[in-house]
Amino acid sequence: MRYLPNTAENRRQMLDVIGAGSMEELLARIPPKARLARPLNVGPALAESDLIRHLRTLAAQNADADSHVCFLGGGAYDHYIPSPINHLIARGEFFTAYTPYQPEASQGTLRSIFEYQTMMAELTGMDVANASIYDGASSLAEAALMARAATGRQEIVLAAGVNPRYRRVVATYCEGPGLRLRDVPAPGGVLDADAARKLCGPRTAALVVQSPNFYGAIEDVAAAAEIAHAAGALFVVVADPVNLGTLEGPGCLGADVVVGEGQGLGVPLSYGGPYLGVFAAKQEFVRRLPGRLVGATVDRDGHRGFVLTLQTREQHIRRDKATSNICTNVALCALMATIYVATLGKRGLARVGELSAAKAHYAADRLTQIPGVSLRFDAPFFKEFTLRLPKSPERVAARLAKARILAGVPLKAFDRRLADCLLVAVTEKRTKEEIDQLVDALGQAVA
Amino acid sequence: MPYDNQPAYDKLIFELGSPGRIAYSLPELDVPVDDVRARLPHGALRREAPALPEVSELDVVRHYSRLSQMNYGLDTHFYPLGSCTMKYNPKINEDMARLAGFARLHPLMPESLAQGALRLMHELAGMLAEIAGMDAVSLQPAAGAQGELAGVLMIRAYHLANGEKRTKVLVPDSAHGTNPASTAIAGYEVVQLRSDQNGEVDLGELDRHLGPEVAAFMITMPNTLGMFEPRIVEIIEMCHARGVQVYMDGANLNAILGITRPGDLGFDVCHFNLHKTFTTPHGGGGPGAGPVGVKAHLEPFLPVPVVTRDDDRYALDWKRPKSIGKLQAFQGNFGMLVRAYTYIRTMGGDGLRAVSENAVLNANYILKRLAHQYDPATPGYCMHECVVSARRQKKLGVSAMDIAKRLLDLGFYAPSTYFPLIVEEALMIEPTETESRETLDQFCDAMLRIAKEAEEDAAVIHDAPVTTPVRRLDQTRAAREPNLRWTGPS
Repeated sequence: MRYLPNTAENRRQMLDVIGAGSMEELLARIPPKARLARPLNVGPALAESDLIRHLRTLAAQNADADSHVCFLGGGAYDHYIPSPINHLIARGEFFTAYTPYQPEASQGTLRSIFEYQTMMAELTGMDVANASIYDGASSLAEAALMARAATGRQEIVLAAGVNPRYRRVVATYCEGPGLRLRDVPAPGGVLDADAARKLCGPRTAALVVQSPNFYGAIEDVAAAAEIAHAAGALFVVVADPVNLGTLEGPGCLGADVVVGEGQGLGVPLSYGGPYLGVFAAKQEFVRRLPGRLVGATVDRDGHRGFVLTLQTREQHIRRDKATSNICTNVALCALMATIYVATLGKRGLARVGELSAAKAHYAADRLTQIPGVSLRFDAPFFKEFTLRLPKSPERVAARLAKARILAGVPLKAFDRRLADCLLVAVTEKRTKEEIDQLVDALGQAVA
Repeated sequence: MPYDNQPAYDKLIFELGSPGRIAYSLPELDVPVDDVRARLPHGALRREAPALPEVSELDVVRHYSRLSQMNYGLDTHFYPLGSCTMKYNPKINEDMARLAGFARLHPLMPESLAQGALRLMHELAGMLAEIAGMDAVSLQPAAGAQGELAGVLMIRAYHLANGEKRTKVLVPDSAHGTNPASTAIAGYEVVQLRSDQNGEVDLGELDRHLGPEVAAFMITMPNTLGMFEPRIVEIIEMCHARGVQVYMDGANLNAILGITRPGDLGFDVCHFNLHKTFTTPHGGGGPGAGPVGVKAHLEPFLPVPVVTRDDDRYALDWKRPKSIGKLQAFQGNFGMLVRAYTYIRTMGGDGLRAVSENAVLNANYILKRLAHQYDPATPGYCMHECVVSARRQKKLGVSAMDIAKRLLDLGFYAPSTYFPLIVEEALMIEPTETESRETLDQFCDAMLRIAKEAEEDAAVIHDAPVTTPVRRLDQTRAAREPNLRWTGPS
């Protein structure tokens, strides 16, 4: 067994040193009646080449974004991943390191997290960002809990444009503390401001808006901020950081907390995870933040160094009074995002946003020329839009998948009122030729 | 740093580069949309370009390569962190997780086009259920703490479904901090139980606290002192007799694979840390994966969706009205699931048992070799990790932290220190099964050398570390004047 270096002779000698007659003697405290009397039934050990063959067979049964042209979004996007990212994160010194509890032997990880925090704060327009949460949805759930702690209030008001999956995760986290969720409708695809004003009041801990929202529409973030703040509530914005080279950082539009899914920043699609929960906030909330924070300091000789800091917020110190239960986060995905943002840099991120938006608008222009196909909402959109089809979106998507085009996400499973809708996302990777193929194939499918 | 003749590196990416330099390659605009910004609301557009690096690709590659060299990783160093199971992360796992059919699979793919991924998940859930003796497993939780939250919420839903509104959860004082933290988020009052002098559950203390208001007892098994609780079956029976559900924190599962199973011991819920027991990498703090297993009576409450199988068709079942809901936007940390699946199929059933036997052997070997100089926290054989106290060294002015720092100079990462909280000057050592006797001997020699230095030459310990990129860091200053982002050249 190649991962187990102890030979039979090693084991015998080690038992001698220990003074035990057998392995069994070391396990004597486990009651005999509680022992497993048979081998675990998990299949036989496979040789490496056999295992590779087996896993290749399983992988081949999936329609991936290399073998298919991908217009799927809804919270995960097929953005370009620069080649150096995989090479750098695969370095064992990053990859196989633990949480940097011994800072002197973890300066690489700590420095990269400090860079990550700086980049996320800069993009979101906030003062501080933490070292990561699991994904966008759990980041939003943590924001809801933080808003409750900061305001002492028990209601979270969510715009209907917030990803419905995120709303479900928030509901799970709010079950124990008994927070009430209230929903603002979006009849036009964006927040109904009058309805939001009515729902926000003295019991509101936070108003949550996503922009661009789940339907792809760009919300009036500044106007929503005023509604939240007039009620004395925190204003929480869900944003995709890969868009924030082009779109304004929500912090500059009045957000108190910005959360989001950072998958677009160089993290593989990987069927939904691991992803990257971004969490950024204003300075006044720094001692209420969930999760790890890295801060700069100096060593004994006065040299710059980095440590995990403000740990009295965290579970290993504060236990049941901690700001969150999170321990393991997604540090390696944060490193992917750090290298991504370093690579795209000041100009590249804006270029990614502009290319994606331009291609999305071209796709929408052409798709809506197909008879019976229209945009479901009039609101402006960015890289994703909701299309109304004259035929079942599920059937249209299935037909296009046969032509190796993943046309979009049918919305019926998310909202029954949108049963005739398909959510289409276009990233900078899609070519005009691919978009034209989508248009032709979709035109034939609905004809 | 060993073998590194370069001067200390002290750059941040923001301190590199030159205006106008780029590291990316993006396609040209090939669609006839000239000014897309004009089609977006003016107020939504970014006014100022973000202050981000302007560097070349080599700048990026060299910077992060240099940063990596400032880390100790398992690939380069022995990492005896107790409770963290820093075992070798097989390279084949990485190759498999990067297959396009997995790494490039969109999470909202229709089920008919993701059959291979769903089959892998279904099989992995089955294998974890078999390993733990549980009836059903959800792969969705992103890490151990989220698995705990899911588990406690399922217990809560179960009691509520039975018309019982219980309000408290019992947690031993030796528990990981996530246990009380997760329990509090689930809406429970946490009651901490005092352990007995051996760090085990005090049956009298437990009995006093069990009652109709108690929803669950949460315990790590083997316990955080690395010991198997010999009375665990009786403890669980006591709880069940009072209607109390019993949760096992699976952080220490590496000790018992194929030897005993939580479900057979009577546990109702347990979580798995795939990044500990099942070789997915720690990545400098994550990602992990924290699947949660339950007995049949809790199955209706599992998070949605549940992967189901009907003949050879796999599907995601969302129609589960009693479910506690969702924990992540999608199906879980699938990339980690591929790695864990690869590992289990590599080892097979007999291999997994050998894992635990060798982990236990290695820990006892270290315990025996250190026991004359460092006081074992408890008598008897340990399981996969051992806890010793540096109280003797403390009397000489050398703390557990000092020992940890000195180990860094001697080429080892440090054990966990000051945990569990019930042991004075605790050093918690978990070697794992993937380390050879030679490595264990080198580590023990280093520990014994430090014990000797404490008696003869404590200055070298107090000075440590001196071989790392920085020396001891000022934590107080970091917390008092938090500096959490780069703000310009210092």
